[in-house]
Amino acid sequence: MPIDVAAEVIANRHLSSEYHVLALAAPAIAAASAPGQFVMLKASAGHDPLLRRPFSVFEILHGHDGTRTGISILSKRIGVSTELLYRARPGDRIACLGPLGRPFTIVEPPTEAWMVAGGVGLAPFATLAESLRARGVRSTLFYGARSAADLFYLDFFRALDVELVITTEDGSAGESGRVVAPLDRRLSSRQAAAPVMIYACGPEGMLAAAARTAIRHHRPCQVSVERIMGCGLGGCYSCVVPMRGEDGGAHHVRSCLAGPVLAADQIVWD
Amino acid sequence: MDLSVRIGALTLKNPLLAASGCFGYGVEYADVVDLSSLGGVVSKGLFLNGREGHPAPRIVETPAGMLNAIGLQGIGVRRFVDEKLPELRARNATVFVNVCGSTLDEYVEVSRILSDAAGVDALELNISCPNIKEGGIQFGCSLAGTFDVVSAVRKVTRLPVIPKLTPNVTDVASFARAAEDAGADAVSLVNTFLAMVIDVETRRPKISNIVGGLSGPAIRPIAVRMVYECRQTVKIPIIGMGGIADARDALEFMIAGATAVQVGTANFVDPFIWSKLLDGMRDYMKRHNIESISDLIGTIDVRSRDKEWISS
Repeated sequence: MPIDVAAEVIANRHLSSEYHVLALAAPAIAAASAPGQFVMLKASAGHDPLLRRPFSVFEILHGHDGTRTGISILSKRIGVSTELLYRARPGDRIACLGPLGRPFTIVEPPTEAWMVAGGVGLAPFATLAESLRARGVRSTLFYGARSAADLFYLDFFRALDVELVITTEDGSAGESGRVVAPLDRRLSSRQAAAPVMIYACGPEGMLAAAARTAIRHHRPCQVSVERIMGCGLGGCYSCVVPMRGEDGGAHHVRSCLAGPVLAADQIVWD
Repeated sequence: MDLSVRIGALTLKNPLLAASGCFGYGVEYADVVDLSSLGGVVSKGLFLNGREGHPAPRIVETPAGMLNAIGLQGIGVRRFVDEKLPELRARNATVFVNVCGSTLDEYVEVSRILSDAAGVDALELNISCPNIKEGGIQFGCSLAGTFDVVSAVRKVTRLPVIPKLTPNVTDVASFARAAEDAGADAVSLVNTFLAMVIDVETRRPKISNIVGGLSGPAIRPIAVRMVYECRQTVKIPIIGMGGIADARDALEFMIAGATAVQVGTANFVDPFIWSKLLDGMRDYMKRHNIESISDLIGTIDVRSRDKEWISS
């Protein structure tokens, strides 16, 4: 059952003029959250902006005694609500509903985990990487951004022994170009008998490319989709994704309930 | 303190209904809300067969509101009866089913199936969805069409028949009267206002259907006015809705003449809103010495304000 709390802002760390990490005191939500799940945040009280916005749980925050005290989100300023969240100050209260949605299915060794992140799509992979590490799964993060200045938390993933494969569109760090290119090469050179699970999150174009690449190489792939979402609980039917049903036809599936993590090969990408 | 209200032969334990299209089939919210604590749950609109609805994006936020064009995605009435109704019954929900049709015959057939199923308490006739061509709006925008749908369904059911009216007409009250003349037990209003939002950078509409229905606090004053106008025109109960976000908003509709109210968009923002609304209503009744909430219905005081101004 989801929990709604008026969560106190513990910290709001600006990573750049666009990106920030907002830490919220929400022990009950933190305690119940699994990698890949999301929360619905209302950026301000009152009617404008009106609706909550969905955010992947980025980090689980812990107290000195190891108990879960809250969560953080990784957000990028793109509109009215994200602008308000960017400007939030410690002590502010933000309505936080969660945890919501279906989490990632986490693999076990000897299967390797290859995470593919584009921009703010890095968000669900911090907690996933921790869970993979706890299970001893060998992990790689393919991380694409516009430029070096938009790459964050690299040390966090390195500390979890995650191998990093970086791409930037302007070539200022790592390989120049899109993140799916090195994914494709690695999949091409990997032995068919060596199992790997691909996890992808990012802009729609990148997500579709990652999914198609995984499917072409006959590898399982879980994508975390982002849709405009009204409620997060299955009430409004806004956040649908076309998915192939058992009858072979395409059906609109609510990504808040069936997702946000969905099997890439069941989504109709066109 | 008595919060119960009557819609025809049906007694609701309180005036709060979850609005159609804003609460799934009700079962989605069973973990969050005690469904039996609501006056009723109005299901998502149902045709005879399932529909996939419009592609995303289906909603966009607007100042103090939102625009939607879902396109009446739904599982069809038979799957509703088989898969959803048993759980709603088990949770003691009072169930209003929103009935859709592309033809008069379809309204009749869907209504007949629901009347034969155990656990349906009322039929809300959707003759007002602004977002699909064949969604009944052709009935809801014509006085004769409204009369015809209501009388046809009236003949095949004993359940309360409650047409849901569109605000996208010149005179809503005349449609309430047509519904009353055709034997409706109540009317519900308003459905959403036809509206649109354009992204000026791309010059593209923000939702796939180009136009959609506007809801939320932005429309509330217009909806209150329409309820007030209908109250002057018909005797049957009115179920009012449009932008209710707190108890005062709900009370405003009741004072304007609504017997019960529906809450939609605000449930998206706060799925725990129901107990807050009930607490607010009880608090108001206490402060105003109102023993029964039904005593509040239509009590708007429109006497001349001359004396107030002179004395102040």
